[in-house]
Amino acid sequence: MSSSRTRPGPRRTARVLGLASTGLGVAMLRDPKGVARFSGVDDSATALSVIPLVGARELLHALPLLAGRPGWAWTRVAGDAVDLTAMGVALSNRGGERGRRLRTATAAVAALAALDLLTAARSRRAGSRSAARELLPSSAPWTSAIDVSAATTVSKPPQEVYARWHDFTRLPEFMAHVREVRAAGIGRWHWVAEAPGRRTVEWDAEVVEESPGERIRWRSLPGADVENAGVVEFRPAPGDQGTEVRVRLAYAQPGGTAGKAVAKLFGEAPDQQVRDDLARFKQILETGQVVRSEGTPEGPLARRMAKQQPAAPRS
Amino acid sequence: MRATQWMGKNHVEVNEVPDPQLLNDRDAIVRVTSTAICGSDLHLYDGFIPTMKKGDILGHEFMGEVVELGRGVSNLRVGDRVVVPFPIACGACNACARGLFSVCENSNPNAGMAQKLWGHSPCGIFGYSHLVGGYPGGQAEYARVPFADVGPLKIEDDLTDEQVLFLSDIFPTGYMGAEMCDISPGDVVAVWGAGPVGLFAVASARMLGAERVVAIDRFGYRLDKAREAGATDVLDYEEVDVLDALDELTAGRGPDGCIDAAGLEATHPTTAVDAYDRAKTAVMAETERPHALREAIMACRNGGTVSIIGVYGGLMDKFPVGSLMNRSLTVRTGQAHVQRYLRPLYEKIRDGEIDPTFLISHTLPLDRAPEGYRMFRDKEDDCTKVVLKP
Repeated sequence: MSSSRTRPGPRRTARVLGLASTGLGVAMLRDPKGVARFSGVDDSATALSVIPLVGARELLHALPLLAGRPGWAWTRVAGDAVDLTAMGVALSNRGGERGRRLRTATAAVAALAALDLLTAARSRRAGSRSAARELLPSSAPWTSAIDVSAATTVSKPPQEVYARWHDFTRLPEFMAHVREVRAAGIGRWHWVAEAPGRRTVEWDAEVVEESPGERIRWRSLPGADVENAGVVEFRPAPGDQGTEVRVRLAYAQPGGTAGKAVAKLFGEAPDQQVRDDLARFKQILETGQVVRSEGTPEGPLARRMAKQQPAAPRS
Repeated sequence: MRATQWMGKNHVEVNEVPDPQLLNDRDAIVRVTSTAICGSDLHLYDGFIPTMKKGDILGHEFMGEVVELGRGVSNLRVGDRVVVPFPIACGACNACARGLFSVCENSNPNAGMAQKLWGHSPCGIFGYSHLVGGYPGGQAEYARVPFADVGPLKIEDDLTDEQVLFLSDIFPTGYMGAEMCDISPGDVVAVWGAGPVGLFAVASARMLGAERVVAIDRFGYRLDKAREAGATDVLDYEEVDVLDALDELTAGRGPDGCIDAAGLEATHPTTAVDAYDRAKTAVMAETERPHALREAIMACRNGGTVSIIGVYGGLMDKFPVGSLMNRSLTVRTGQAHVQRYLRPLYEKIRDGEIDPTFLISHTLPLDRAPEGYRMFRDKEDDCTKVVLKP
C-alpha cells in the first residue's frame, strides 16, 4: 500500500538535501577552521565564530528534510540567501588563492541554492491544495485541504470488489471514522462521521460517477459540515492476483470549529487512516472479517497502533 | 487463567489474567496442554525486539484441546487435539495462496507499524510483540487462535504432546532452513548455532541428503546433541577458527549450504569484535549482533546458498555484501511457512523418521516459566529446550 500528500520526486530531492545539510552541519560544527580554510575565509575571525552557527542551522532543517518534507527547503533557501550575501561581501575584498577558493565555494552554494529553490517550489506545486482542487467542488470557500491517497490489492475480481464498495450503507464496516451512511434520495447519501470529543460531523453527498467494476466518484453537497470528495478506482491486478484498488479522498478545511474537527479527526497521520480503512476493506473481502487482536481489538486503526493495549485478554 | 507475561527486560511473571474470548467467527479457544520456550522468545526476554508492552502474554509454540469454536470454523470440533502454527495466516490472500503463510497480508492488524520499520508487513505472530499483531501467546492455560480453520493441525494418532509440539515452530523452521539450501547429493551443509532450531536444521539437512553436516556452537553439550541429530562434524568456535576449519573440511571449497540458525544475538570469540557490536546495539546504532551471518557468508562456497532462519529485527552493520555479490551467493530466508510443512513433517514423525523429543532437556510446570527463561538464556544445567505444562 502506498499513500502520499506530496509527489515522490520532491520528497526524494528533499532527502538528498537533508543529507547535504547533515554533512555540512556536522563539518561546520566539528571543524570550523577546516571549513574556513576550504572556502578561503580563514583570515577572518568573524568567519570562525559564524561557521558553527551556520552548522547548527543546517542540522535544524536537516531532520524534516530527511523525513522527506520538501517544504522545509524554503528554510534552506533563506539560509542560502544569507550565505551568498556574506560570501559576496567576502569576495569583494579577497584575491589570489583565497579568492579562488572562495569563488569555488560560492559557486557550489549557488548551485545548491538553485536546487533548494526548485525543491521548495515543487513542494508547493505538489502540495495538498492543488491536488484537492481537482476533487472538491470548485466553489467551496476553503483555505486549505487534506488530500490523501492509498492503494491495495485484493484477491477478488473487480466486479466483486466494486460491488462491495458500492454497497454504501456498509461503508462504516471498514471506514473506521464513518458511523453511518444512509440513502437520502436518488444518488444521494447522508454521511455521519465521528469527530473527537464524541462529536459528529454530517453531510449529504452525491455520486457523480459510477462505472461498474471500474470507478466510483462522490462529493459532498452544499451545506456539508465538511466539504469533501472522493474517488475509488478498480483495475484488474496483473497475473490473476485480483483487483488493484486505489482511493483518493479530499477534505476541505474551512477554518472554524468544523475545520479543526476534521484536522483532529485525521490527527497527525491522515495517510495511515486511509491505509487502515483499505486494510479492513481487504480483510473483509478476503477473509470475511476485520482482523482483531487483543492489542488492537478494533482492527487496523492508527490511533490504536500508537496506543496499544497489552496482548492479553480483557475481562 | 494463569499466563506467562512479559513485564520488562529480563522479567517474566506467571500471573492470573482473564480467560480469552472469541473475537471473530473464525477463532477457536484452545486449552493449552503443552507449550515451549523458543530461542526467539529470548530475544523478547533480552529486550531486543521493539514494541513489547508490559503484560503481554508470551509464547508461540503451543498445542492443546479445542474448547470453543467460532461459527466460521467447520473443520474442527470441540475436543479436537491440535498443534497450532506460530504464524497466523488467513489462507485467502495472494501470499497464502502461494504458500507464503508467514507473510500473510491480512493477519497483522498492526501492519502499519511493521510497514514503517520493514517496508511491508509480515503475518501476525502469537506472543511476539505488537509489531506483529499484539496477539497473546500460548504460554498460558488457554489461547485464542485466529483463523482456526486454516492453521491448526489435528492430531489423531496416539503420539505424545512432546513428539508433535515442535511442529508449531522449530521443526518446520529448521526444515525450511535446510530445504532452502536445495541440497543435492554430495553437498556439505554448515549450521551456525546448535540450539533447537539449529538441531532440527542439522537433522533435516541429513534427511534431505546432505553428505556432511557441520554444526557450529560453543557449548559442548549442544554439539553432542548435534551429533545425535546427525551432524557428521562439529566445531567449537571458541576452540577453532571456523573459516579455516570449514576450508580444511571441504578442501578449500566451502560448504555448499550455510544455515544461520543463531540470529541477532550471536556472540563472537574475539572480544574486540563482540564488544564492537555490543556497544553499537547498546546505543541503538544497530539492532543486531550478526557474527554468525557474516561468517556464514564468508564461509559459503562460490555459488552456494546462505539460508537465514535465525531471527533478525532491524538493521545490521558491516554486512559483507562484496563477498555475497562477487561470489554469486544466493540468500534465502524467511519466518517459516509452518502451515506448508505441518502435514509432511507430521508424517515423518509418525513414520519414525525422526523423534523430536531428543532435544527436550527440561519439563516444568507453567508456574516455573520464569525459571525456564533464565535457565534457557544462561544455558544452565545443559538446557536445550524447556517444555511448560499448564
